[in-house]
Amino acid sequence: MVNAIEVSAVSKQFVLRHTRSIKEAVVWLIKGRKGDLSEKFHALKDVTLDIKTGETVALLGLNGSGKSTLLKHISGVMLPDSGSVRTRGRVAGLIEVGAGFHPDLSGRDNVYLNGAILGMTEKQIRERFDDIVEFSEIGQFIDTEVKFYSSGMYLRLAFSVAVHTDPEVFLIDEILAVGDEPFQRKCISKIEDLARDGKTLVVVSHDLDLVSRICRRGVLLNHGELLYDGPIEEAVRLLRS
Amino acid sequence: MSAVAQGELTTPGLGGGLRDIRQSGFLLKLLVRKELKVRYRGSVLGLLWSYVKPAVQFIVFYIALGVFLGLERSPRNPEGLTNYAVYLFSGIVLINFFSEALGNAARSIVNNGNLIKKIYLPRELFPVASVWVSAVHFFPQMVVLLVGCIIAGWRPDFAQILAAIAGFAIVGMLATGLGLLFGAVNVYFRDSENLVDMLLMIATWASPVMYAWNMVQEKLGSAWFAVYQANPVTIGVELFHYAFWFSTTDGSAPMPPNLFVLWTPVGLGIALLILVLGQMTFRRLEGRFAQEL
Repeated sequence: MVNAIEVSAVSKQFVLRHTRSIKEAVVWLIKGRKGDLSEKFHALKDVTLDIKTGETVALLGLNGSGKSTLLKHISGVMLPDSGSVRTRGRVAGLIEVGAGFHPDLSGRDNVYLNGAILGMTEKQIRERFDDIVEFSEIGQFIDTEVKFYSSGMYLRLAFSVAVHTDPEVFLIDEILAVGDEPFQRKCISKIEDLARDGKTLVVVSHDLDLVSRICRRGVLLNHGELLYDGPIEEAVRLLRS
Repeated sequence: MSAVAQGELTTPGLGGGLRDIRQSGFLLKLLVRKELKVRYRGSVLGLLWSYVKPAVQFIVFYIALGVFLGLERSPRNPEGLTNYAVYLFSGIVLINFFSEALGNAARSIVNNGNLIKKIYLPRELFPVASVWVSAVHFFPQMVVLLVGCIIAGWRPDFAQILAAIAGFAIVGMLATGLGLLFGAVNVYFRDSENLVDMLLMIATWASPVMYAWNMVQEKLGSAWFAVYQANPVTIGVELFHYAFWFSTTDGSAPMPPNLFVLWTPVGLGIALLILVLGQMTFRRLEGRFAQEL
């Protein structure tokens, strides 16, 4: 098995910027740089993690432990301060589904727009369009502007677009609470299908029972540091204790 | 995009800059279409606003400057410009394109912050899409201008069409370059978009849109006039005057000296330089967009 994701010695510092304007920055310079213009904290500290193709990995940790930040590094949204991230094949994130949706466009337009944002070609979207609509159970409302959708319909359509992008590596961030229970079950079984098909999955979720069902390997993060990396059962046990 | 070969490790988040745009042509098309659909949503006139606004602007300027301040040539005012209406409008359409393109491009990154924070895609798409949308809005105004030109007796030839293309290219590249620059800086300092608004106000008057270029030469002298003339927007506007206005006159109105042999290449050069600089700054700053937005 080859590595799908190689994260080596990645560190990331966030700046809690106090200033938002040139004026304040200039005043600070004139005053002889007194005080800190900005405060920093480590979001990730020297994290090294290799994920093989076809592995299902859960990133676990309390709020603010750096899980989502790590996911954003893998997707390329953020670049590390030091260390490196390398990925193999196309990576797509189910990160906050619906980020690319525009409320004033119809469901159909949004499927195309969001599909393209997630890296699908025109042909791919056209081929999968019917599947996407069918999976989302939106039916006749596909030509309605999405601002009139219920929040459940909105999420269902967004999730449906995302799972049909068919990348090699899937990043899933806290989106399994989609729609009502039957649809949730459908989503989870879709994700399990993806895992069976040999896709690499990286999942962030606070639903520990769910991730232990989907994932085999658990990675525990605490304040940006990697605490534990091993079988999911052990990782969940450690987090619960 | 799915062409990344299996078996090859790549570093995510490092784009190829403006070169990526070509691969993301479909996405660019959808983003432009989205902007066009959303812009006039819920309005009765819809895209007609793209005609109405410049028309009103034109009438106001024409009456105030052409009639009241006496820039239009008439029997009582032989010093004025012939066909001032065509002169004015051919400059206004280009300045409107520039203002809209740069104004929206400078805001595009912050306005699309939600997306940029969550999903990786070539971020140059947003400023470029803004410029593209402005070009679509420029088109109906261009049609109105052409109708006016033909009524005024316009006889296009090859050189004039070339001049129009060159003028549009200069202004388009300049707007894209500055849009990348100010759009990226705007993520860190929101002052940037206000600075752009101010620059755009100046740009309208720092080019011979409302008045004739030789008025500037008389007041400034040749050295400062060269500085004035080096402004790519000025060159673009003058090229538009040559393309659409000049042939409707008796040809006695002077064109700026060396417009084609010197200033057009200078304008193209400066615009290209700013495009490269804007792209470089953008790439420098984009790595931290997600955490700063």
